[in-house]
Amino acid sequence: MIPPLSRRQLLIRSGMIGCSLAASPLLTPMTFAQAPWDKRLVVIILRGGMDGLDVVRPVGDPAYAALRPKLNVGEALDLDGYFALHPALAGLIPLWQRQELGFVHAVSTPYRDKRSHFDGQDLLEAGTSALGSGTRDGWLNRMLQQVPDVASDTAFAIGTTPLPVLEGSAPVANWAPEANLRLSPQAQRLAALVMEEDPALHAALSEAQMLSESDKDGIDGKAHQQIARYAAARLREDARVAAFSLGGWDTHGAQHRVLPRSLTTLQDTILLLKEGLGADIWGKTAVIAMTEFGRTARENGAGGTDHGTGGLMIMAGGGIRGGQVHSRWPGLDEANLYERRDLMPTGDVRASAAWIMRGITGVNRSVLESTVFPGLDMGDDPGLLL
Amino acid sequence: MGFSPHIAERRFGYGMSPHVAPPASVTAMLDALRGPDQMADRFPIPGFRAIQDAQIIKRRFDVFARKDTTPAAEAVAARQKSRDIVRKFIKQRLRSFGQMQLRRIQGGDNFRERLVAFWADHFTAQGKMAMLKLAVPAYVEEAVRPNVSGRFADLLIACVTHPVMLEYLDQSRSIGPSSKRGTRKGSPRGLNENLARELLELHTLGVSGPYTQNDVRQMAELLTGMSRTRDYSFVFRKGWAEPGTETVLGKTYGARNSMEPIHAALEDLALHPVTARHLASKLATHFVSDTPPPALVADLTAAYLDSKGDLMALYDALLLHPLSWQMPATNIRPPLEYVSTALRALAVPENTFAGLRPKDTSTLFLRPLSVMGQVWLEPSGPDGWPEADGAWVTPQGIAARLEWAMNVPSRLLDDLPEPAAFLAMAVGPDAPEALKFATSAAENRAVAVGLVLASPAMQRR
Repeated sequence: MIPPLSRRQLLIRSGMIGCSLAASPLLTPMTFAQAPWDKRLVVIILRGGMDGLDVVRPVGDPAYAALRPKLNVGEALDLDGYFALHPALAGLIPLWQRQELGFVHAVSTPYRDKRSHFDGQDLLEAGTSALGSGTRDGWLNRMLQQVPDVASDTAFAIGTTPLPVLEGSAPVANWAPEANLRLSPQAQRLAALVMEEDPALHAALSEAQMLSESDKDGIDGKAHQQIARYAAARLREDARVAAFSLGGWDTHGAQHRVLPRSLTTLQDTILLLKEGLGADIWGKTAVIAMTEFGRTARENGAGGTDHGTGGLMIMAGGGIRGGQVHSRWPGLDEANLYERRDLMPTGDVRASAAWIMRGITGVNRSVLESTVFPGLDMGDDPGLLL
Repeated sequence: MGFSPHIAERRFGYGMSPHVAPPASVTAMLDALRGPDQMADRFPIPGFRAIQDAQIIKRRFDVFARKDTTPAAEAVAARQKSRDIVRKFIKQRLRSFGQMQLRRIQGGDNFRERLVAFWADHFTAQGKMAMLKLAVPAYVEEAVRPNVSGRFADLLIACVTHPVMLEYLDQSRSIGPSSKRGTRKGSPRGLNENLARELLELHTLGVSGPYTQNDVRQMAELLTGMSRTRDYSFVFRKGWAEPGTETVLGKTYGARNSMEPIHAALEDLALHPVTARHLASKLATHFVSDTPPPALVADLTAAYLDSKGDLMALYDALLLHPLSWQMPATNIRPPLEYVSTALRALAVPENTFAGLRPKDTSTLFLRPLSVMGQVWLEPSGPDGWPEADGAWVTPQGIAARLEWAMNVPSRLLDDLPEPAAFLAMAVGPDAPEALKFATSAAENRAVAVGLVLASPAMQRR
């Protein structure tokens, strides 16, 4: 039997890639080097300010019901007797039962008071203690900068939304399933011919053709489905880190209608990742979903919630210690609220992310506290990973 | 090799147009820039005042809707009116995308359009909240555009004191710690260094400039007092200004009861030799090469300093320099510029833009631009879009350009141009043989035109 050609051989043989192949950073030998570690990390940025109090409801808190008369409806799904899960995430309950779903509640970045999405996301992704410190790269990229063997396909930024969390000097592959080339083979061949005189453009096009080719499963479905399938496919191979963002969390009104849509998208994404990764790799994966801030403890007059402070981090994967809501719960009495309006943050969400990265990549604590998240005190190990 | 009309359009404009003649000489380019801004009159973009006025009305509706005494039905109606105002300006922002393209498509003075884009990026500002998010085109129109052919100090002052910038870099909330407001009991806010830092690092001296953290701090104290009213008008609040003198780069500024010392500091920064070098290097990088010849940068620096910061003298030196015309076209056009170049070559008519619904603008332009790597008006930080070619030559970016070039033109024009003639017009008679062959071998006209638009000659300048 003749062994099937690898995709790379196929492209070379078909003449689709010319002599400029060597100029391609994705195809240099580095690319196929051993990945620096084996576990997988997926970081999802939830843009818009997810209402953690509605997603993981503190139904055991005596003040909760009065704060959320209209929102506390529907059959919330009991988690641990104190917290209950939003019904739109019912599909994740099997994960919770297998301890592959967990939460860190009442956490936030150091961002306070101005409650702007723009600044909040900037700070979440910069990973610094304050804005305007001149830092221009993201914390996930700074983590990669600490690892000597990072190749250009170790980390993937996926989707068309910019991801400052992964921007910086460490190599990162960017791809949006939306960028898939849908041109006819003849048009693609002619385009390659036209670009042959320009090695850099030609190499980028060749890679695009390869990435498009490798992404045949991902081209159908909604954007988040494409992204999840694509991320899973890459993580099954040499990629160790993937990041992308999901929007739609800014629920100022009619939250009972709007939030379930975003939660369904998130649930879908997590389940597609699990399916795409397969049991073995899912077993060594940590998915973390973070948002720029939580929302007001009280619902507003429009059946929604406004920009707040303390929020929720969601974790999933076979590599995490799930089945728990990790939290130093501050309580929802008015006196315990931040500025008498928001859930009081009792932990820095960066510390949670730092402990997870430490467990996955082995980057040591002092580097995490000084370089990746400058000025962070990670505190005691919360035991978020298995 | 010196001036050529083709290089003038390719390197200093948005490429060739089938209808608009390229400039005949460097003198013609500079004269046009000194002359009236015809495209701004022809394709107007409303200024900031319109947004402020709308904000005043919007706030009245919002306040009325929130009042306990307002009957429910009237509150609903007021909320709707408030939303309608926002919607109107969302549409207006999208319309300004078309206006900007039409200026570039029809302009005979595209060096001006390129300079507006260059300086708007140098002074990147974004709205963070509500109506200010929609104000960026207005900010560029009134702070940047009228000042691109004057003194750099005037451009600097116009941008750095504009409410959109004050809000973007948190200046509007910065309070001198020893000021009247700062010493008030329970005052929750203090000094914010954001604008001061970027002013030194990005707008003037550059990141490797000769300033220290102490200069940043002193500059931040000096800038206190600059703020905005709730309707986003500029205001100088004496009670917020840090009293006493501040020393920035060894020079002392005092008497904090007006804008005068702030203007003086900005004037000094504008004329600092390190600022001159930073601007010269950035301009040469943008227009000529990612690694500009040192001789060119030196000559531009000297022209800037000799003229006391006159931007026309800087452009004069750039356009008259032989190296500006001799260097090979290695710079990649960023996505927005690339799209404009294609639209100009295709001569997309005015009525096409007039007929676009907001959704079309998004599908045909804004979505593809973001796949190419450029979310319109939203770079990820105050340092603006990258100049480095590598930032744009990515698999995703190049795939998106190719897809756009093959698919979108046929949705903008009833009839695509004849490919061979289009190639000759857009790329010129010296087009590579491979491109000529590919254009003739394409299976249909959309692919042929797409190949011309995707060719290196159209992507680089």
